[in-house]
Amino acid sequence: MKVDAGVREAMLAAVPGLRAFAIALCGKIDHADDLVQETLLRALTHIDSFEPGTNMSAWLFTILRNLFRSEYRKRRREVEDGDGRFSASLKSQPGQPSHMEFQEMRSALAKLPPDQREALILVGASGFSYEEAAQICGTAVGTIKSRVNRARTRLAEILAIKDLNEIGPDSTMQAVLSRSDAG
Amino acid sequence: MRDRKQIAAEAPTGSTTLKRGKPPASLSPEIQAKLGQQLRAYYAGLIEPTPDRFVELLRKLDKGGNEEPSG
Repeated sequence: MKVDAGVREAMLAAVPGLRAFAIALCGKIDHADDLVQETLLRALTHIDSFEPGTNMSAWLFTILRNLFRSEYRKRRREVEDGDGRFSASLKSQPGQPSHMEFQEMRSALAKLPPDQREALILVGASGFSYEEAAQICGTAVGTIKSRVNRARTRLAEILAIKDLNEIGPDSTMQAVLSRSDAG
Repeated sequence: MRDRKQIAAEAPTGSTTLKRGKPPASLSPEIQAKLGQQLRAYYAGLIEPTPDRFVELLRKLDKGGNEEPSG
């Protein structure tokens, strides 16, 4: 198959974000890379359905999201992949920052229902608008808004995020850390 | 037994774009900001340059070198 140079460039440019989305969704780098590869193959097979001039990134995210969801449904029928197993698989990832907040966020995201997780990542991290996220997930804008809201509330509970006046020590700690970095 | 005034008082002030329907989540703007910042920091940590395997994949396909299984 012949790939238009512009299309190829657009795809390659979208890969880092697409891959981050996949890792955030499934929590495993190997699995995420497989999802990205399958997404690119499908995208090329169905390149005719891509409208030039529209958002390549959003199109690829849609394909990847659908792949992940159909895998997830299939897997859930086979094995119940509980939170524990998901979290455990995250701890042994090489080459990832290992600081507390990072690990905490990973396991917290794993505890969200998949529909809330994808909505929150798309809107809160990948930088899509509610409208784009709704298109990617094939649902209504209002549904995305409510999923994002529920995901935020749940995540704040899991991470036990406190009000600003309660996280004062945090900034003190940061000041100490940056001072020791400098010296 | 919650009246409208009470519900309004609990809503975050001027932070969300929700116009109607259910009351917005009860997270304060401070908590939402903190959460958003943590989520974006996490996500930024996942962004890496495109792995070579994908560059290779697209290059190979471009040359028509892939043998697709039929079906």
